[in-house]
Amino acid sequence: MNAVIVQYGVRLSLLALVTVLVQTAAVSQVSLLGVTADLLPLIVMSVGLLAGSIAGSVMGFATGLLVDLALLQTLGLSSLIYVGIGYGAGRLRELRDPAHALIPVAVGAAATAIYQVGLSVMLFLLGAKAPDGLSLLRQILLTVIVNVVLAIPIYAGVRRLLEPLLPYDPRRRRRRAYTTGGLSPISRG
Amino acid sequence: MYDKKVRRRRAVLVSLVGLSLLLLTAYFGESAGGPLRAIQRGVLEVLAPLEDGASRALKPARDLFGWFGDTLHAKKERNALRKENAQLRMEAIGKQVEDRQIAELKSMVALDQKNGLAAYKAKAARVIARSPTVWYATINVDKGSNDGVHVNDPVVTGDGVVGKITSVTGDASLVTLVTDQSSGISAQVPNTGVSGIVEPAVGNPNDLLLDFVSRSSRIHAGQPVVTAGSRSGRLESLFPPDIPIGVVTKVDQQEVSLYQRVHIRPYADVRRFTFVQVLTRPKAPPSLVARNQSGPARAGKPSAQLP
Repeated sequence: MNAVIVQYGVRLSLLALVTVLVQTAAVSQVSLLGVTADLLPLIVMSVGLLAGSIAGSVMGFATGLLVDLALLQTLGLSSLIYVGIGYGAGRLRELRDPAHALIPVAVGAAATAIYQVGLSVMLFLLGAKAPDGLSLLRQILLTVIVNVVLAIPIYAGVRRLLEPLLPYDPRRRRRRAYTTGGLSPISRG
Repeated sequence: MYDKKVRRRRAVLVSLVGLSLLLLTAYFGESAGGPLRAIQRGVLEVLAPLEDGASRALKPARDLFGWFGDTLHAKKERNALRKENAQLRMEAIGKQVEDRQIAELKSMVALDQKNGLAAYKAKAARVIARSPTVWYATINVDKGSNDGVHVNDPVVTGDGVVGKITSVTGDASLVTLVTDQSSGISAQVPNTGVSGIVEPAVGNPNDLLLDFVSRSSRIHAGQPVVTAGSRSGRLESLFPPDIPIGVVTKVDQQEVSLYQRVHIRPYADVRRFTFVQVLTRPKAPPSLVARNQSGPARAGKPSAQLP
C-alpha cells in the first residue's frame, strides 16, 4: 500500500513539474485564436477524475503552488482555485462514477472556466484594475474552446501515466461486465 | 470505515484550502524583501535552467503550431503593412529634410543626450517562460544580475517598448509586460504636447489605454504614442524618451469624466516575440538604486513611483 502511495506521489510530482515547464516554456508562447491553451486545469481535473478527490485536490495545490512560484505570481491564489477544481472533479468521480467518453471534455471546459473566472474575481477583489468585461469574457470563452480540443488527449495521457496504479477504471470495468455477461442484468435467469 | 474516509477527505480539503489562504494572506502582508518572495526568487533561480532547456527543446513544436496561426494572419497583415509602407515612405522623404535641419540644430545647442537611449546598453535576452493567463502578463528571460540587469530596467523589442524588469535573480529575470494589470508608462503623442499614462485594458492584450488626457486635447486615430521619459524632479521615468509604444486606434469622449480615453494598439505583439532587449544602465542612478531595493509591486499594491 505504501509503495503504491509513494509511486503515486512520484508520478504526480513529476507530472506537475513537467506540466508547469511545458506550459510556461512552450504552450503559453503559442497563440491560437488569439489566446493560449492552459494545460494546468486539464491536468488537475484529469487527476481528480481518475484518482479521486484527495489526489485531485493535492495535485491542484501542488500545481498551483509551483506555477505561482515559477512565475512570481501572487502565492496561494492559483493553489486555492486548483484545489477546488481537483476536489470537484474527484467528487464527481466518487459520486457519479462517470464512464462516458466525453466526460473529460465537459469537465475540462468547466475546470478551465472555473479557473479563469475564479482568478479574475479573486484578483479583482484583491485590488487589480477593473477589466474590460467583454474582452475578458471573449478571452475566457476562447480559452475554454481551445482547452476543450485538448481535453481528450490530455486525459488519455494522464490515464496512461496513472493506469498501473489505479484501483480500477470505470470504463474498463463496465466493458468487462458487458462482454463476459456474468454481471449483466440481462443474463440473469 | 466510511466515516474514516469521509473525515480524511474533508481534513485534506480543509488543510489545503487553509494553507492556500495562509500563503495568500502572508504574501500580501509581507514586504517586497520578505521570505515568501525570497523563496519565489530561489525557485525561479532553480527553474530557470530547466525552463531554458525546455524552451529550446520545444521550439520546433512551438514553431509548428505558431506557423499555423501566423499563416492565418499573414495575408491580412501583409495588406495592412503594404498600405502602411506606402504612407511611411512618403513621410520618410519629408523627414529626411527635417533630420538634416535637426542635426544642425543639435550640434549648435550641444543637446545633452545623456538621459536618452545613448545612456543605456542593450542586452539581448531569450524568453524562457510565459504566464498563461491574461491577468499576469509576465515573461521570464534568461538574463539576470550576472549580466548587469537591474530591477526597473526597460525591456524593448524591435517594434517598441514591451515592459520592465520587476524581479532579478543571478541568471534570470521577470519582465512585467505593458499589458499586465499592474503596468503603467508615462507617454506622449509626439508633436502635439499631449501626454498621459499608458495603462492596459485588462482582458484585451491588443489594446492599451492612454489615460489622464484632457478632453480639450485633440487626438485622432493613426497618431503614434511614444514614451515620455520625463527626467525632471525626484520622480524620473524608468523609460528613456521616444521609444514607440503603439498607435492610436480610437478616442472615447466620456461625458462624465474629465479625461478622454485614448485606445492604443501596441506596436509589439506581446504574445509572439522570442527575444527581447533589456536596456541596462552602466551604473544605475542613486534614485533607481533606492527603488530597486523596494522590489516589484503586484495586485493591490500599487508602486509609489512614476511609471
